[in-house]
Amino acid sequence: MSQYLLRRLLIAVPSLLGISIILFTILALAPGDPFGELATNPAVPPEVRAALREKFGLNDPVYVRYLRWLMAMSQGDWGFSFVSRVDVDVLILQRLPTTLIVIGASQVLALLIALPVGTYAATRPYSLFDQVANTLAFVGFSLPTFFTGIVFILIFSVTLDWLPFVYRSEIDATGFAFVWGHIKQAIMPVAVLGLFQGASWTRFVRSAVLDVVRLDYVTTARAKGLAERVVIMKHIVRNALIPVVTLVALQMPIVFGGAIVTEQIFRIPGIGSLLISSILANDTPVIMAVTFVFACLVILFNLIADILYGWLDPRISYR
Amino acid sequence: MDARTAEPLLEISGLKTYFKTDDGTVRAVDGVDLAIGRGEVLGVVGESGCGKSVTAHTVLKLIQMPPGKINDGRILWQGRDLVPLDLEEMRKIRSKEIAIIFQEPMTSLNPVYTVGEQIAEVVREHEHASRREALDRAVEMLRLVQIPTPERRVHDYPHQFSGGMRQRVMIAMALSCNPKLLIADEPTTALDVTIQAQILDLLGEMKERFGMAIMLITHDMGVVAETAQRVVVMYAGRVVEEASVEELFDRPLHPYTQGLIRSIPRVDRAADQRARLEAISGTVPSLLDPPPGCRFAARCKFATAACTQAAPDLREVEPGHKVACILY
Ligand SMILES: Nc1ncnc2c1ncn2[C@@H]1O[C@H](COP(=O)(O)OP(=O)(O)O)[C@@H](O)[C@H]1O
Ligand code: SF4
Ligand SMILES: [Mg+2]
Repeated sequence: MSQYLLRRLLIAVPSLLGISIILFTILALAPGDPFGELATNPAVPPEVRAALREKFGLNDPVYVRYLRWLMAMSQGDWGFSFVSRVDVDVLILQRLPTTLIVIGASQVLALLIALPVGTYAATRPYSLFDQVANTLAFVGFSLPTFFTGIVFILIFSVTLDWLPFVYRSEIDATGFAFVWGHIKQAIMPVAVLGLFQGASWTRFVRSAVLDVVRLDYVTTARAKGLAERVVIMKHIVRNALIPVVTLVALQMPIVFGGAIVTEQIFRIPGIGSLLISSILANDTPVIMAVTFVFACLVILFNLIADILYGWLDPRISYR
Repeated sequence: MDARTAEPLLEISGLKTYFKTDDGTVRAVDGVDLAIGRGEVLGVVGESGCGKSVTAHTVLKLIQMPPGKINDGRILWQGRDLVPLDLEEMRKIRSKEIAIIFQEPMTSLNPVYTVGEQIAEVVREHEHASRREALDRAVEMLRLVQIPTPERRVHDYPHQFSGGMRQRVMIAMALSCNPKLLIADEPTTALDVTIQAQILDLLGEMKERFGMAIMLITHDMGVVAETAQRVVVMYAGRVVEEASVEELFDRPLHPYTQGLIRSIPRVDRAADQRARLEAISGTVPSLLDPPPGCRFAARCKFATAACTQAAPDLREVEPGHKVACILY
């Protein structure tokens, strides 16, 4: 098991290297750099500009800059944000927890919807429940998060005035009010992301369960005299989870993409909005670091999926 | 013992199981009568698609409802009708009193649990045994079905067993609560010829030891000849003939039975002759809204106009020998 893990981690290293090379090259070739603004600022003399470019090595060839970045990175130096004038790692560590909490909570919500609804619908195919669930899942899956986000804001913030629509990292309260304040502002983004993922996962779970219910070993389980609840939970859902885990892992990039959009709509100070603002400001070191963090997260979730997969299916051995 | 005089263990009468489909009603089982005595081995034969599996599944109510439905008939288990029982009551009968094994040992076991757990699960369900006791029973059952080093194998997963070994596991599981009837639905069809013989031998040995009755479903007359005491021949959802094995092979009455017996491969003939078996021409008709009359008429060389009028009843033409054909 630990050997398997080690091997998977070792495979992750070249993937991350490849991703970072591609990212770095694209960013280097893209028009605009952190000193673009200085170029149009008449107060900065051209000699100063040139000296700055030289100092930060912006005139070196791409591969030299990449190697320099890689060396610094491997020593824990994530670079310096020219725009915010702080270290990139400080910036990311400030933003990451909020993103992880919102994404995590929304994925938990999505699973809490998808597992029971998908299973219940699949065990009663074409029943009224199944048809309603299918329709809702289809609608939820078709509506983009920026649309539902705005509808939610219009209803719950503007019209009803129940929930705040601007996310604040500092809340001027203590104790219960502090916790409630955080929960209240997280409700809408978590719901928007969670419902969207929940809708798409409900369809996965339903079809995975439908594939299992007709298998022979389910008939065997019933023939044993087990309660229907045990047949469903132990013999159907357990097996249906195997393909679901893979599908969920494959969806992680989409989840992060959805999170970036949602953070913009609700102005959540997470790394998604950090990415957008750094792109707008041409803050290359931050763009590079944030995209790299996303890549790491995707690879991490794939690793978790691999482990879960091996745990769920004894036919996969950790060799 | 004589199943006709004493009260039978299982007595099915007038059983009809239909499936509602988009194209119409499939009359998979359409008026089946059969009985099994205590400790008896009853063979149920017929070509594929004759309703044998649906009959077996109906006894334990393992039919998917909907689309399936028991439209009529009685299933008397030791005198008590199972048809009106709800799921909770059926659960107490499944595996505890009537157990079943299936055709496909490769897919009948759940791939994610050890075989020991899958056997122990039955014991825990019906005997409220502790985990330890149930696992001990699983080891003991695996030993009885002759799986080598059972105390080690009990922790293995199904994919670590061959097809024949998995069928042994299924038998171990089915017999773990000492049921009075084992329904074996084509238990050897998916296996190699040599393994088939071993599994049939094992079933015989298990019967010696546990004394349960066996309902052995097969499409292979050869298997019936070797193992059963009495035989029920099914065709297109109905019983067409019933007799003791000796009687059936000596004097098959129904044209369908005669055809089945003629098509048995015989070892005493040369291989090239064996290849030219006298198979019954034609195929089992669709059970989707079938026409009235004898369902074998389209394939029967004795068929007359009368045969397509009304379905012939199953009648006892000699003691213990029943047939459904207007010729008798
Ligand atoms: N769930 C179902 N829906 C519709 N038709 C079915 C279903 N199950 C079985 N049947 C039909 O019932 C008939 C008898 O099937 P079966 O009992 O499996 O035959 P056998 O076991 O004798 O080969 C077949 O024509 C089959 O197509
Ligand atoms: S009833 Fe008629 S068609 Fe049917 S088996 Fe007898 S002779 Fe043949
Ligand atoms: Mg069958």
